[in-house]
Amino acid sequence: MGSHHSEPEPWVVHRVRALESLLIEKGLLSTEVVDKVVQTYEKDVGPMNGARAVARAWTDPAYKQRLLADGTAALAELGISGRGGGDKMVVIENTPAVHNMVVCTLCSCYPWIVLGLPPVWYKAPAYRSRAVLEPRVVLGEFGVELSSDTEIRIWDSSAEIRYMVLPRRPEGTEGLSEPELAALVTRDAMIGVALVQAPAPTR
Amino acid sequence: MNGVHDLGGKHGFGPIQREANEPAFHAEWEKAVLVMNLIGMVKRIYNIDEFRHAIERMGQQRYLDTSYYEHWLASVETLLVEKGVIKREELEARTNHFEANPTEPLPDRKDPELLARVMNVVRKGMAEKSEPDPAPRFKPGDAVITRNWQPRGHTRLPGYARGHRGRIHLFHGVYILPDAHAHGRGRCPEPLYSVSFESGELWGDAAEPKARVHIDLWESYLQPAEKT
Repeated sequence: MGSHHSEPEPWVVHRVRALESLLIEKGLLSTEVVDKVVQTYEKDVGPMNGARAVARAWTDPAYKQRLLADGTAALAELGISGRGGGDKMVVIENTPAVHNMVVCTLCSCYPWIVLGLPPVWYKAPAYRSRAVLEPRVVLGEFGVELSSDTEIRIWDSSAEIRYMVLPRRPEGTEGLSEPELAALVTRDAMIGVALVQAPAPTR
Repeated sequence: MNGVHDLGGKHGFGPIQREANEPAFHAEWEKAVLVMNLIGMVKRIYNIDEFRHAIERMGQQRYLDTSYYEHWLASVETLLVEKGVIKREELEARTNHFEANPTEPLPDRKDPELLARVMNVVRKGMAEKSEPDPAPRFKPGDAVITRNWQPRGHTRLPGYARGHRGRIHLFHGVYILPDAHAHGRGRCPEPLYSVSFESGELWGDAAEPKARVHIDLWESYLQPAEKT
């Protein structure tokens, strides 16, 4: 323990530095690469990307058709591409009859290109074990109550196909612009564990 | 492999714990782990199926007791050692060194070529595209039954979906078979389908009404079923 003050750092910190230093020496890593990649995932890749595609689909029926027919190509139209789209993006539409939600029971597959890095709950055993068995109970924990007529489809991402949910456009948003609509669309709505809410009336 | 990673349908993990305004990372070391894994794949030291399987091999008890990025770390170091990039002893010695010298900075090194290559993958991806052959045996609507097998190696057929009847929902294309690719047995591309299962078929009386589970499954996981 070399630290003279506060708590010593956990073992994993030293382990990772050891691995980093070995890879740097072997010409496989530089601290600059770590910084640049992390910066991209912290700033440029996140749910705002998926939200742009959702808002476009809500306002442009032809785009919506393309998005549902070939998610990868339609997202690329908006400049959304990159690692974490798996081999192929599939966009699935929520309707009054069908509600979709996405899980990865075997690991933590997640559509990074549209949603960024996954939240801890998505990667943790509770969601991964329960989403396929008791989706309505899980949705209830997220505050989502669906009509008993609505079919729930759970998509277990077991391959390199990545899924994004196209949520329903909330009522009362007819006058909103595309960027205003995008601002309503949450990460959880695109995973399928939330509904998009109309903005509260301002006056 | 029938490991604890195969979580679908398991009981006892409690409520879903959400964190408000969750940051992208919870510690600095997680960032380095993410990037080292990316480099492992960009440099083709290992593939994503080997990566997933090395997590499955990390130890069942330890898997449940550790976080996502600890899983990644376990897999990255296992594969770097197995592929001969580093030696286990040098990793242990270096870890002890940093434990004794926690403020020692990392060596500095500029590598514009590596940076460009990694950032290109971050921005454009390195997806394996669908292959033209072989032609799919099934078409949407076909009734299938999943194999009831217990492979000791890597598979993407979840335990909860084995030996069950479903229907082909979509044909996705022809993709690398993880069961082979994770074990150095080549790509073995196969047709990949989204297969739709009634919740009641999977869970019996415990199933919620009006629910279906769609799982992406390779052709060799499936057998034709009589239509009922």
